Amino acid sequence: MTTTSLTKSRGAGRAGDKVFSAATLAAGCLILAVLFGVALFLAIQAFPALVAPADKIQGGEGFFTYIWPLVIGTLIASVIALVIATPIAIGVALFISHYAPRKLASGLGYVVDLLAAIPSVIYGAWGVAFLAKEISPAYDWLAENMGWLPIFQGPASATGKTILTAGIVLAVMVLPIITSLTREIFLQTPKLHEEAALALGATRWEMVRMTVLPFGRPGIISAVMLGLGRALGETMAVALVLSSGALTASLIQSGNQTIAAEIALNFPEASGLKVSTLIAAGLVLFVITLGVNMIARGIIARHKEFSGAN
Amino acid sequence: MTSTLTPVRKRSALTKGQLPKAAPYIVLAVALVLGAAILALIGFNAFGWGIVSAILFAAGLVGWSLVVEGSRKAKDKLATCLVVGSFLVALLPLFSVIWTVLVNGIPGLLDPGFLSTSMNGVTGAFDNKTVEEGAPLVGGIYHAFMGTLLITVLATIISVPVGLLTAIYLVEYGEDRPLARAITFFVDVMTGIPSIVAGLFAAAAFFAVVGPGTKTGAVAAVALSVLMIPVVVRSSEEMLKIVPNELREAAYALGVRKWRTILKVVLPTAISGIASGITLAIARVIGETAPILVTAGFATTINTNVFSGWMASLPTFIYTQILNPTSPSNPDPSSVRAWGAALVLIILVMLLNLGARLIARIFSPKTGR
Repeated sequence: MTTTSLTKSRGAGRAGDKVFSAATLAAGCLILAVLFGVALFLAIQAFPALVAPADKIQGGEGFFTYIWPLVIGTLIASVIALVIATPIAIGVALFISHYAPRKLASGLGYVVDLLAAIPSVIYGAWGVAFLAKEISPAYDWLAENMGWLPIFQGPASATGKTILTAGIVLAVMVLPIITSLTREIFLQTPKLHEEAALALGATRWEMVRMTVLPFGRPGIISAVMLGLGRALGETMAVALVLSSGALTASLIQSGNQTIAAEIALNFPEASGLKVSTLIAAGLVLFVITLGVNMIARGIIARHKEFSGAN
Repeated sequence: MTSTLTPVRKRSALTKGQLPKAAPYIVLAVALVLGAAILALIGFNAFGWGIVSAILFAAGLVGWSLVVEGSRKAKDKLATCLVVGSFLVALLPLFSVIWTVLVNGIPGLLDPGFLSTSMNGVTGAFDNKTVEEGAPLVGGIYHAFMGTLLITVLATIISVPVGLLTAIYLVEYGEDRPLARAITFFVDVMTGIPSIVAGLFAAAAFFAVVGPGTKTGAVAAVALSVLMIPVVVRSSEEMLKIVPNELREAAYALGVRKWRTILKVVLPTAISGIASGITLAIARVIGETAPILVTAGFATTINTNVFSGWMASLPTFIYTQILNPTSPSNPDPSSVRAWGAALVLIILVMLLNLGARLIARIFSPKTGR
């Protein structure tokens, strides 16, 4: 720049180098500190609820009796979401990577990504105002014809605000996540494998089954795990859609509750030990999602080393 | 000779046992007609017609293919039908959501004063009047809009330097050290933190440091930063990685220091991608509800001070208006306001997404090719 003295410029530059690299290092360490802080502060604030006498906790039977149905409810909603979303997501990913005309593919991928851009509270509002109403006749039908299954035991909720509706809304929300990850993996399938299969006379589906799916299996598993992580922690859709209650086996009655929705519904008005209880519930959710995400990321990382795709 | 060639070509061994090219269209037409006929018997609606026709189409095409072409080709057709079908199914909720928000949101948005007034002093009595006597709808989203704007701006101010510097560390200084690998791994893990846990973390941290019950816009901004930083790091890292190494080497060869190389060569080259990544990160956190709900509470008045007092935001406004209508006996005005706010929010998010694409396109480096 305008500096004329060589020594001065060098000195300034050296200091700049040090300051800059220290700043980047500090930012990186800050991220680790934040993640550590999340665990630490949650644990500190949750501690009173964990050691409080059982009759002080909501429900009067201690923290674990309180959290247990919530964990099960969270798992039920997430499993419904994954059961619906996974096959559709794999289909969409295959459509974009191997079936759609090449020119359209990226545009179609963008359309699916738009699904991820819509805020969760709007999904919740849509679920309660549109989906729950439209789907309740289907629940009546299920209760009448499939009622012998415990999960479809009647009488069906008249409002349609059930855990199955919440699961369907969650499925819509995790669909773009699973789709975009599996799409990336499918696109990395070695071209030579695909061409070899086609050259041997395989139909397109046989080619997909013999080359794309085996190659993409670890990717699909980790994408589903990441979708699970998102579904476990999703709050608003469940808080708005589900009319909560005690743990029930039937998916088409009102009842059940998830950890995240329980926190969102009660935290704004909570005080004292109730705050600690809810933060402890958040800690449980954090530990569960952290575990799920770490397993998923571990699979992705291992897959990267072996595939040589990059 | 020619007269005998034509029939021979039609029954050539190469095309024997194949469906004619027009087969999908024929089956589609038959399926649509049959579907309409079936639906006419049990009561017509467009959605059911689409579903029934799609099932008939798939069954017809696969069945025909099974008879003419054999099981392998039929399986292929079935797979194609399922793959295309799953894509169409995935589009349904997208259009349904956008349609629902548009139809329900436009009346609220067209309401005079909707964008310029707050909910200060608006009680259930006003809403009852609106429903019973046809008085104009009062109350608006100005306070929520300002809250969203301020909280998001503050979150961006916190997240962008931290995220960008971390990305620079990972790409330029990390060199696959254990620390860099740990950061990469935990940033990935952080992207999976449930938004409500991020909110609880910010709340718990401020409860512990400032005092119990601290709920302000700044706490919400910290919560959103926890969600935003990993997104910024990931996208910036990807963008910095694709800056060609020749550019760095050329700068070093001219005797430029590393930090100046990064600031003057690497960052300008990658800036379009980084900016579009940041815009997408903003779009992601602007619609977050749960963390704001537990950190900033919900206010009905205009509060432009992020460091004191509860603050409203568009997502929490939608949530509270739906779940706890201003007038419990007449929830319709609240629902109109909620959908109006939802429309504003979705427009904001879509504009940010569009903006990200435009930024990426306009500011991308000129490669000269």
